[in-house]
Amino acid sequence: MLEYVWLIPLFPLLGAVFNGLLGKKIKNEAVIGGIATLMIFCSFLVSCGILMQLIGLPAEERVFEKVVFPWIHSGNFKADMAFLVDPLSAIMIMVVTGVGSLIHLYSIGYMHGEEGFYRYFSYLNLFAMSMLLLVLGGNMLVMFIGWEGVGLCSYLLIGYYFHKKSAGDAAKKAFVMNRVGDFGFLIGLFTLYWWLGSNHNVWTINFTEIKAASSLLPYGGVVTIATLCFFVGATGKSAQIPLYTWLPDAMEGPTPVSALIHAATMVTAGVYMIGRMSFVFVKAPDTMMVIAIVGAATAIFAATIGTAQNDIKRVLAYSTVSQLGFMFLAMGVGAFTAGVFHLMTHAFFKACLFLGSGSVIHAMHHALHHAHSHDDPQDMRNMGGLRKAMPITFITFLVSTIAIAGIPGFSGFFSKDEILWQAFANPFHGGLNIFLWGTGAIAACFTAFYMFRLVFMTFFGECRITAKSKDHLHESPLVITIPLMVLGFLAVFGGYVGMPKLLGMLPNYFEHWLEPVFATAQGYAQTYVHAGAHHSHALEWGLMGLSVVIAVIGIAIAYILYIASPSIPARFTATFPALHRAVYNKWYIDELYDFLFINPCKALGSFLWKGFDVLVIDGIVDGVAKVVMGLSGMLKNLQSGYVHNYALSMALGVVVIIAFYIFR
Amino acid sequence: METLAMPAINFAAIMPETILSAVAMALLLVNVFVRSEQKAYLGYLSLIGILVTFFPIVAGWNAPVELQSGFNGAVLQDNFSLFFKGIFLVSAALSILISDQYMQREGCNHGELYPLILLATAGMMLMASGTDLMVIFLGLELLSVALYVLAGFNRDKLKSNEAGLKYFLLGAFSTGFLLYGMALTFGATGTTKIAGIAAYVAANPMITGNQMFLVGMLLMGVGFSFKIAAAPFHMWTPDVYEGAPTPMTAFMSVGPKAAGFAAFLRVFMIALPAYKPEWSALLWVLAVLTMTVGNITALFQQDIKRMLAYSSIAHAGYVLVGFVAGNAVGTAGIMFYMLSYAFMNIGAFAIILLVGRKGEPNNNVADYAGFGFKHPLLGLAMSIFLFSLAGIPPAAGFIGKFYIFSGAIQAGYIWLAIIGVLNSAASVYYYLRVMVFMYMKDPVEEFDWLKVTPAHALCLLVAVAGVLIPGIVPGYLLELAQKAVFF
Amino acid sequence: MLGAYLPIIVLVVVAAMFGLVSVTMSSLIGPKKPSALKLSPYESGCEPVGTARERFSVKFYLIAMLFILFDIEAVFLYPWAVVFKSFINAGAGAFIFGEMLVFIVILFVGYIYVWKKGALEWE
Repeated sequence: MLEYVWLIPLFPLLGAVFNGLLGKKIKNEAVIGGIATLMIFCSFLVSCGILMQLIGLPAEERVFEKVVFPWIHSGNFKADMAFLVDPLSAIMIMVVTGVGSLIHLYSIGYMHGEEGFYRYFSYLNLFAMSMLLLVLGGNMLVMFIGWEGVGLCSYLLIGYYFHKKSAGDAAKKAFVMNRVGDFGFLIGLFTLYWWLGSNHNVWTINFTEIKAASSLLPYGGVVTIATLCFFVGATGKSAQIPLYTWLPDAMEGPTPVSALIHAATMVTAGVYMIGRMSFVFVKAPDTMMVIAIVGAATAIFAATIGTAQNDIKRVLAYSTVSQLGFMFLAMGVGAFTAGVFHLMTHAFFKACLFLGSGSVIHAMHHALHHAHSHDDPQDMRNMGGLRKAMPITFITFLVSTIAIAGIPGFSGFFSKDEILWQAFANPFHGGLNIFLWGTGAIAACFTAFYMFRLVFMTFFGECRITAKSKDHLHESPLVITIPLMVLGFLAVFGGYVGMPKLLGMLPNYFEHWLEPVFATAQGYAQTYVHAGAHHSHALEWGLMGLSVVIAVIGIAIAYILYIASPSIPARFTATFPALHRAVYNKWYIDELYDFLFINPCKALGSFLWKGFDVLVIDGIVDGVAKVVMGLSGMLKNLQSGYVHNYALSMALGVVVIIAFYIFR
Repeated sequence: METLAMPAINFAAIMPETILSAVAMALLLVNVFVRSEQKAYLGYLSLIGILVTFFPIVAGWNAPVELQSGFNGAVLQDNFSLFFKGIFLVSAALSILISDQYMQREGCNHGELYPLILLATAGMMLMASGTDLMVIFLGLELLSVALYVLAGFNRDKLKSNEAGLKYFLLGAFSTGFLLYGMALTFGATGTTKIAGIAAYVAANPMITGNQMFLVGMLLMGVGFSFKIAAAPFHMWTPDVYEGAPTPMTAFMSVGPKAAGFAAFLRVFMIALPAYKPEWSALLWVLAVLTMTVGNITALFQQDIKRMLAYSSIAHAGYVLVGFVAGNAVGTAGIMFYMLSYAFMNIGAFAIILLVGRKGEPNNNVADYAGFGFKHPLLGLAMSIFLFSLAGIPPAAGFIGKFYIFSGAIQAGYIWLAIIGVLNSAASVYYYLRVMVFMYMKDPVEEFDWLKVTPAHALCLLVAVAGVLIPGIVPGYLLELAQKAVFF
Repeated sequence: MLGAYLPIIVLVVVAAMFGLVSVTMSSLIGPKKPSALKLSPYESGCEPVGTARERFSVKFYLIAMLFILFDIEAVFLYPWAVVFKSFINAGAGAFIFGEMLVFIVILFVGYIYVWKKGALEWE
């Protein structure tokens, strides 16, 4: 099975090509959507086979590299189209193809009747292909192709409703911010390649070879620079401070896209990349600290914004940014396993939440449409009491909300608690640990609060739309609810593969599974272990209890504010208008960026355009073009059409050449 | 009576040439005995001949040297020549596929076309595998004479006649230089064998100071430069390409150029390495001149066939860059590039042929307005060919240029590579101009005369595959090219 | 080195002198008694009519070219025949005979082509 790893990205590619070329003619939605879903499902089956085979192998042999074809060989530089299968990429392909299949299926129902149905599925398949290239890439160049590919597909899908200006703007914003990150990625790649090559004659961009050569890398120094550049790439792709503002805007795309690309898979690419190169990152303690701080800051920052949003998808978008912050926090404290674990559980429950919100929006849209109402179907202030009309959506949504809030027994608890514990107990950051833990814990409290606020506003209380619309509220069709149920199931039980050792009920399969991948990094980490790093079980139990309490407090506040006495939020807003405005307007970060970067850039651009470009550059360019065109005209005239002129030119050429060599 | 020493003859070494010539002669007879207005069957027969010829080529790959060499070392069918023979066969086959439709439309449907193409191909093969100056010359003449006729094949059309005559006159002129150069080389070294020349120079290093030898080398360079259309020996190209029947333009822009390079490379790199400083300096200048003249003149062209003629001059310039590099990477790059050039250029000409009407009144770039919308698939194919010609990934043209320029950089010719890249950038203008017309202008014509025959579709399909597959998966082809390099 | 070319130079000079001297001498010492008959282009022939630069029918060229082609190829038979015996002595008689047969066949193919194409018919 391992030999056939190349099939995994190939299936969705075929689907994308098929739908892209023929979809317009086919027009039959069942065929288009069916083929796209079937293709990604085939990839899923192959991934399952690969996972099974990997499990069958002894732990140290679970690394397989498949060179599909030799690609670019030039001097020292060697890049093959190579795929790397190891426990880490196996998890990633399972998540991408598994969640991807469900979301493809869901899309058939959700996108029903949309113009450009074939276009949507072609892009979605193309995205799956790129994402699989990214996670399977055996060297940095293949990974980079996937990295760029997912950025492109994300751009195309955010701008799917391209006739809407806001969608076009959001797509551009996402693309530009990703470009900034990609630039960092490339610089990091060059730095690492050049340093290893010129100092140790190890010219390679192959992950396994870099891993083998990683002992040559120094601690800090050039590695800090390279890893910081990689991290800039990761912040762009994974929406971390300071490059996170594109993700909430990306909600302009269709909701299944938000679920697949902007929650479950693409945005986790940065986390995956750090995990893939953990052995390099660990050698740069300063970078680790930056990652941890940025992660923690993003987690709490986005969580605060999430508390004041009224658009259901925006709340989830900020929640995603915040949860990604948790993953980066995990990476930054060297808890790579915990980070990847959270990546997986997050993929389950956040995909479920997004799809659930899609189901709600779908129903709201229909209900409002039938009543000829122009209210916003995404605004939670228009919802309420939906639990009766949409029981399946409600239950799956609630389950996932409990999971993200961190209630014991649900998947999110295991992963989040592991991250918080590692933030407290890791050997890297000394005195900083307590702050990292504290920030994370408060962010977790906010998470529980805003998620339950969302649930209460949407599913509980009185229905706030007109009675006429209310009659048209229905549960979504099976093609939408089946993925919800599957994901809801995973959101509950997906966490049991990685139960903390402390609870002792089940062995931590997940950690054992990833151990060989991060063993090198853990080996380098030994250097940092400082005195008193040993923490007692009692402390771990205590912190675990504390985080449960925190989550419950968050839920309780939400209950009080939105169920028990719904008048408090209004009074609170009235008492602290400035604070509410600031949070509601996302701390004015977009405006700050406008002020700091966009407007100066615009002014500079305007100046360069009017003052410099038009006068100097255009002058030069037009001048060069004119000269070239003039030259072209002259050369054209040389072509007189007379044979004797041609013969003369040849004879002259011969004479000049021979004369030069004879008399030189 | 004295007894003669029998030369070591090895027919396996000229098997492809033999098959092609036999098929050509057979077709010549079939053509006169079967009185039919339809000539397409001759095309299919010649395609079968070409397919058969592939067998000895594939079978000869990596053969032991005693099976490769023949006729007392006058021919050597090594991997290098086999690779080029593959290029020739591909270009001949693709041109034959698009010929019938054109010849019927233009009313010059004579059966001699196919034997002539096969004979020209046999001539190219002799040039590629010749290791004796006389054999190379023989191949060149066989190729050229066939091509003179092919260029003027549409004998009722004035432009085609003009093309044939011009090509003949100037070709004869350049052949004179080439032969004179060979004669002087023979005079200086006493042998026409390429290996013999190299051995003589190695044994008598002082000979490089001999001006007769030097001039011989230069004149041979001039003769080959004419064949590959390097400036300032390129002037015939636009007129001939414009006037010749379009399928033949496609054929002669690819095959003979590749054959010229094959012989050029072998003679200069194996027989005359002693003159490497001299000839690489000469070719440096010629490469720059060729690229620049080709690209700059192409900017102004309105006629698309002329534009592609200048573009083919420019491409000869790029390939010369790889020649100047003179290392394995550059040479492998040349071979890779020539093969992909066969696909992309013949593909582009196949589209031009389709768009043209009887008498080709609409070969203007402006006549392509809206073509991409009226015929989306053909427009896509044309865009792929143009992208490849411009050297934009993921088309094969990019990979070929990449290896040629990286070969030049590895050999230390940084400036040459920079000039090449700049030229390549300038060339994007005129290739994309066609696309601008195809996609950004409103259609003037309905293009309703356009009909794609199965043979034509096959040609386009193969060409698109030949551009895209090596562009995305260059490794295998490049490996072949690297194994084909003779050092 | 260049001394070897001296006889050639002498020959060239002598040849040039001979032409020059004979023409000059005859015009210098010959008697001149012109008459109408003597000044006519052909003293004992017909008066020329029209221009001498007549265009010949292209058929002449075709025949002439074909003649040259086959003529030259046929000439190749002579040296072959001359050395044929020594090939027999070398034990390669059959081979060399076969080679010539191939050559003749190729020639014959050309001949048949020309014939069937109608190039040998005057009308």
